[in-house]
Amino acid sequence: MSSTATATRTDDAQVDITPVDVTKVRRTNRMPGERPLGPARILAFIALAFMALLWLLPMLWAIVTSFKTETDAASGGLNLIGPNGVTTQAYEAILAEGNVYVWALNSLWTSAVITLITVSISALAAYAFSRLDFKGSRWIFLAVIASIIVPPQALIIPLYYQMLTFNMVDTYWGLILPQIVMAPIIFILKKFFDAVPVELEDAARVDGAGRLRVFFSVVLPLSRPILGAVSIFVFIQAWNNFLWPFLIINDTTLMTLPVGLQTVLSAYGVQYSQVMAQAVLAALPLVIVFLFYQRQIVKGVATTGFGGQ
Amino acid sequence: MTDVMAGRSAAGPEPRVTPGEDSKGRRTSPTRGQASRRGQLVAWAFLGPFMAAFLLFVIWPLIHGIYLSLTDQSLTGAGGSFVGLENYSEALSDPVMWSSIGNTVWFTVITTVPLVLLALIMALLVNTGLPGQWLWRLSFFMPFLLASTVISQIWVWIFNPQIGAANDILSAIGIEPIAWLQTAHVDLISIAIATIWWTVGFNFLLYLAALQNIPDLQYEAAAVDGAGRWRQLFSITIPQLGPVTGVILVLQMLASLKLFDQAYQMMEGGSSETSRPIVQYIFEAGFVGYRFGYASAISYIFFVLILIVGIFQMVVLRNRKGNS
Repeated sequence: MSSTATATRTDDAQVDITPVDVTKVRRTNRMPGERPLGPARILAFIALAFMALLWLLPMLWAIVTSFKTETDAASGGLNLIGPNGVTTQAYEAILAEGNVYVWALNSLWTSAVITLITVSISALAAYAFSRLDFKGSRWIFLAVIASIIVPPQALIIPLYYQMLTFNMVDTYWGLILPQIVMAPIIFILKKFFDAVPVELEDAARVDGAGRLRVFFSVVLPLSRPILGAVSIFVFIQAWNNFLWPFLIINDTTLMTLPVGLQTVLSAYGVQYSQVMAQAVLAALPLVIVFLFYQRQIVKGVATTGFGGQ
Repeated sequence: MTDVMAGRSAAGPEPRVTPGEDSKGRRTSPTRGQASRRGQLVAWAFLGPFMAAFLLFVIWPLIHGIYLSLTDQSLTGAGGSFVGLENYSEALSDPVMWSSIGNTVWFTVITTVPLVLLALIMALLVNTGLPGQWLWRLSFFMPFLLASTVISQIWVWIFNPQIGAANDILSAIGIEPIAWLQTAHVDLISIAIATIWWTVGFNFLLYLAALQNIPDLQYEAAAVDGAGRWRQLFSITIPQLGPVTGVILVLQMLASLKLFDQAYQMMEGGSSETSRPIVQYIFEAGFVGYRFGYASAISYIFFVLILIVGIFQMVVLRNRKGNS
């Protein structure tokens, strides 16, 4: 984990490590003309630590409660360990139920499929907008970009109606297909392709490679980082999407994790440690992935987030 | 596929060589602006899959929604006859529609300001390079990765009037407990608090990225000129963050206006007059009341609201850019 700690500017970090007191205030980014350990810095640290704690507490609280007995959880209080001690009862009860596995699996594979389709069709289209000229390319691109302003929530009624006519209500296709159009992705990828030197492609084309071959053998390998960033973004969105999966899926065995959990929230409403255990289990996959790939995810989200402007 | 094949088979019998291309199917004069027929075909091979999805799942619903809004279509399949603007006139005189819009706008106001300010403060503090970078980023950004259902479950429990942590903290500092999610007006504020906790990490990351793009050179120059830390903050950092703040504001307001997931879940499917957002009213009209025509009309009113905010901000941002 220590490697990620240095993700921000660290050029002169190693030079100036002052092993101070127990708090180990180590400088990684000293501004020029600044004293090593001014009171301002200590204050900043305290403020930061306080806010971080505030932000971590709800999650820690959920974890703590998930390990309590129902009686202890229901009696409330700010104690870390209830009078009846630590137990994994809540987890056992939920996992015995079996549905959580099914929902997690559904979420995993539908999100993966959505990511794969979205990124593939967007990359192809973005390349066309960037490099190929065809009639109306400017206008079509403008229309796609303008569609970013259309809130998906305003389309749920006609989309549902459409799925009714396609017989796709309560099917995986009905769940997946409306989620594969993401105009901001086109915008980001086009910007990237625009910046790729044309000469690279021309060289391959002189050798007789067609557009598609050039795209797959020259452009795509160059685009790996941006495609990764975009994929992370699409996957998180799909994994967490609630409204559409909630509307289109009624069959318990087809539900995604967020939708499935919502149905049991009412059923288990008063069993707090079970509800919290579910929350923890549902959060776990992305949290683990985040712990391992923090840098990539942070970079990906920052890049993609700006693309939407 | 077609292009690869064409490129390969060029050496063999390849009868059709359109003008503007050489025998290998390469475009020889892209400068003319006259795209060749094969060029068109190739372009559409690339565009096709996306455009098909775009037309089917964005453009068609967008158009069909207008039509539905002019009918009395029901989810059950009944109705469907043309009623003109009746749905719109009903919506415009529907007090629930207006209170939902009011709630949505109010929610946007009370979340946007803290979500931008807190994100800025967090990013500025983290960017000072204090030790524990990964821990700070983890704490602030992690909630953003959680599904709405997960954060709703956590916050419903925190806001529980009998055993929730929120009231425990209040009573610890001597304030009367509150029924957070069961009290009119407080319910929307509670949802706003949960939302701020949940999504501030995204804005924080955008600010952090922007801060790290400010060249060190500027600070060094300022330091040579004798500018202190605070001086640097206000004369370099804050002005440099202007454009990013504009972008974050736009993204944030548009996101807040689309409130549904956490509001619906934290109210446990129920709704109160002071917390129901407009998207939830679309859902209720369409999927609880089965009135697809009416729900479509409200969808369009919602869309217009988003458009107004979006266009207004574009104009403001452009003017600011023009002035500076």
